[in-house]
Amino acid sequence: MVNASFYKSDRSQYDLPVIFLYIFFCLAGILTIYSSTYSEASNWLSLKQEHTKQLLFFGISLFVGTIILFTQPKLFFYLAYGIFVAVILLTAGTFVFGSSIHGAQAWYKIGSIQLQPAEFAKIGAAIGLARYLGTYGVQLNSWKSYGLAFVFLLVPMGIVLAQNDTGSALVFFSLFLVLYRFGLPGWILGFGASLVVLFSALMLLSKHETILFLEPRWFIILILGVIFSVIIGLLFRRNRSSIKYFVLLLLFYVGFVLVAQYAFDQLKGYQKRRIQLVYGLIEDNRGTGYNLNQSKIAIGSGQFSGKGFLEGTQSKQNYVPEPSTDFIFCTLAEEGGFIGSVLFVALYIYFMYRLVIMAERQNTKFTRAYGYGVFSIFLFHFFINVGMTMGMVPTIGMPLPFISYGGSSLLAFTILLFVFIKLDANRGNEVSIDLS
Amino acid sequence: MSSNRKYLFFAILATLFIVMVSRLFSLQISTDEYYLKSIKNVANAITLYADRGIIYDRNGKLLVYNDVVYDLAVEKRKLKSTLDTIALCKILKMDTADFAKKLAKIPTKIPHPFIKDLPPEIYIPLQENINDFEGFIIEQKTDRRYKHSIAAHLLGYTGEVSDKEMKEDAYYRLGESRGKTGLEAEYERYLRGQKGVKVVIRDSRQIEKGSYKEGELDSLPTAGRVVFSSIDYNIQYMAEQMLSNKIGSIVAIEPRTGEILALANSPTYDLNKMIGSSRTKNYVELLRDPNKPFFNRAIKARYPPGSTFKTIQALIGLNHGIVENESTYPCYGGYRMGRLKVGCHAHAPRLNLPESIQKSCNAWYCYLFKGIIEDSTYQNVANGYHKWREHLLDFGIGQKTGIDLPNEGSGFVPDTGFFNRYYGVGRWRSSMIISLSIGQGEMGLTPLQIANYAACIANRGYWITPHVVKKIEGLDTLPSKYTQRHETNISKRHFEQVIEGMSRVVAPGGTARGAAIPDLEICGKTGTSQNPHGKDHSLFIAFAPRINPKIAIACVIENGGYGATYAAPMATVLIERYLAGNDSTFVSKKPILYDRMRNARLKNFEVDSTQLIQ
Repeated sequence: MVNASFYKSDRSQYDLPVIFLYIFFCLAGILTIYSSTYSEASNWLSLKQEHTKQLLFFGISLFVGTIILFTQPKLFFYLAYGIFVAVILLTAGTFVFGSSIHGAQAWYKIGSIQLQPAEFAKIGAAIGLARYLGTYGVQLNSWKSYGLAFVFLLVPMGIVLAQNDTGSALVFFSLFLVLYRFGLPGWILGFGASLVVLFSALMLLSKHETILFLEPRWFIILILGVIFSVIIGLLFRRNRSSIKYFVLLLLFYVGFVLVAQYAFDQLKGYQKRRIQLVYGLIEDNRGTGYNLNQSKIAIGSGQFSGKGFLEGTQSKQNYVPEPSTDFIFCTLAEEGGFIGSVLFVALYIYFMYRLVIMAERQNTKFTRAYGYGVFSIFLFHFFINVGMTMGMVPTIGMPLPFISYGGSSLLAFTILLFVFIKLDANRGNEVSIDLS
Repeated sequence: MSSNRKYLFFAILATLFIVMVSRLFSLQISTDEYYLKSIKNVANAITLYADRGIIYDRNGKLLVYNDVVYDLAVEKRKLKSTLDTIALCKILKMDTADFAKKLAKIPTKIPHPFIKDLPPEIYIPLQENINDFEGFIIEQKTDRRYKHSIAAHLLGYTGEVSDKEMKEDAYYRLGESRGKTGLEAEYERYLRGQKGVKVVIRDSRQIEKGSYKEGELDSLPTAGRVVFSSIDYNIQYMAEQMLSNKIGSIVAIEPRTGEILALANSPTYDLNKMIGSSRTKNYVELLRDPNKPFFNRAIKARYPPGSTFKTIQALIGLNHGIVENESTYPCYGGYRMGRLKVGCHAHAPRLNLPESIQKSCNAWYCYLFKGIIEDSTYQNVANGYHKWREHLLDFGIGQKTGIDLPNEGSGFVPDTGFFNRYYGVGRWRSSMIISLSIGQGEMGLTPLQIANYAACIANRGYWITPHVVKKIEGLDTLPSKYTQRHETNISKRHFEQVIEGMSRVVAPGGTARGAAIPDLEICGKTGTSQNPHGKDHSLFIAFAPRINPKIAIACVIENGGYGATYAAPMATVLIERYLAGNDSTFVSKKPILYDRMRNARLKNFEVDSTQLIQ
């Protein structure tokens, strides 16, 4: 475990590729915002324009990031719970002091500045969870340890959900990946994946009224019954003791199918349609599917080499909704084409790969757990945001980190990342923390 | 702590990369569907309509032009809930319920015509208040106007393109108009010009955002070409006036060129009924009119040419050598053959060829026809008849002349097959079809064909495909079809003999002596054709002057009686007027004749005349 950097006392080693990628993404974001809201009539220097505002936010973020690089990294460890509690309070405070934008009671308004604390709740959750997992002696091996770990996921998630901001709430799920890295049994992820498969099957079959005279859910249950009967039949001779687990699993699956169908039926109409769109069950290019259809047109119309900077039409002419925030990838893909899009996706994935590498090279559980938290949050945002614009996941409003327009999110992601960069740079000096 | 767990994260990232790149591939590379859709979204072609070509008569007198009309269009998505429907309906003189019903049918996306061709009493108050009704706009377009209500069948009207026409010619788009009948239809490609286009970018709210690709795809419209019709306004007008309250047709041709100088029908209609907001209503009324005003008799109806046909018969006979100028046939009140008798009117018993035309002797032509088709050199009657019929085809009889008007009829001259089927092969003789000798019987010709053989005689042996257009702007010559010379292969010498007879028709002792005009040698031939539907048709063919003829004409007046009663006077009035040329001081030497013809009213006019056709 003894790392060479252990002896390099106080020297910081900043991970330059990640910093360069960060700056590159932010600048690319500003240019894309400029292009997606571009209109010949407007003055590009005007401070009312989104790209100039974003440039300003970028300046602020760089400033805050630099301050973070000059702080004492130990502080983050000691203040982690404090940060978590503060962020939770800040987020919960919106119920009392906040104002509502786009139907989400999730914003503070201070003069002309609007702040969305949910963006910062991610930092709190990531650092709080890391602090817990980094605590000496904590192992994910008991109900208690799982329960305490879940506090850092579920509390902020509940608050954000209560703010009617479903997208942001789902982010906290991604922190399960951190738990996996820290000992959550693999079969739980596999189990989760099997539920996704089951749900998908339910959705895909729901386009049929009946199958073999059965409603889709009963048909699926029938199939499950057949499969499990075979398994149990095979186990009957060899390993009778494990049969009870399979029976339990079967009962759970049956319950899941019934509950999932029931829950789906309870969803609001537009939410149902968004899910059905992803599974290609409905085509509704004028109603719910309008956004997705226009988004796909924007991306697809970029073809191989793209239409060129400022030459796209889908965003500028307002066919794509929210062109500078949730659907900013459309502009990028329309103007950059396949080459630009693949390059972007590759760089972003390389960026996240670096985060994994960085997390793995940590000497302390705290910094590693935090690193995985940062990674998970970026992964989730990237996958949902870009996947949504291409119709791979349901339309959920969430920003593409560093690219989408928005001061709160840029600042929050900057802090999230720079804290990790700082922790990583000082990884040699933190051995003592682990031992404390 | 199992650090091999990190491989799951690498696997996730790798999978993500592959999934996303393949998704991008399927959207961007594998199809251009989305690219085309994105163009369809923003690029919006605005059609710039070309002004339709103007039509003049042969002397440059304006016949058809364009006028500005105003349409009320609505752009539904701009409508405000505050729209004062009641006030608008008051101006439009419309029921609010009808208004709502009509509005509901309009598509949302782009401005769409709501009321076409606003009448002035609506347009003027609407124009003043249009700003009160946001979403409604007044669009300016042009529509056809007919300066004089003449020559409806010749000029034709325009109308909205049909589905079929759009399929046949991709030039047209829904709601556009094109020539539907007459010259408007036949010369559509010259008259329509070339539409222009302006491609603009529209945003998702359909608001215009400047031109697409810097106007790279834009083009200006080219106005349609000016067309000079060959008709002469003066005689066209007079012909229609004289035909009023009668059923019939007059066709005048300039023999040397084949240009139609007049093509008049009765009943006819006013082309100005075929424009504007009441077009549909008028159209249905005209269609239902029992007098069939849309029927273009001059090029479609079939009439027995009667005695006017004797001129052709004489020419064929001369060509065969069966008769010569001084040949005579006996006539004692008619032609007899067995039980068959073709009657004839009183005249000297033995006539030579010019006299036979002058007096219109029936017997003379019965002998002649018999002589032709039963000529022993042809071995049998069928061969003789076939040969005779071929001569007719040379004159443009019994086949389409090829005039530049749509739906020309071919007339009818039975072929040998017709008689073979009717009587049996080898079982028919001249006596059975002797009516054909005097232009009666199974034969039916269009007035155009009759006028055309008059022109052919005037030309002493050839005719040019008749046509109604004299000149097209930007074209040095007309299509070669309309300069093509059709030869009859009959000697010029024979024509002079027939013409001598025709000139005597209008001379003292001729059947149309009353139609004579001093100082003008008119060559003519009367026809009085029997028909199964009532009183004889009155026919007359003529050309003048005898030397170097300028005009050939055919008049057919249904149930008008003797050729000399209506057809001949009408023809001479028109000939006289035409030869007076641009002389604006022209006063007919027969003004009384003109007025008498104009005011004459034939009883048959109210009768459904469809039976007379075929």
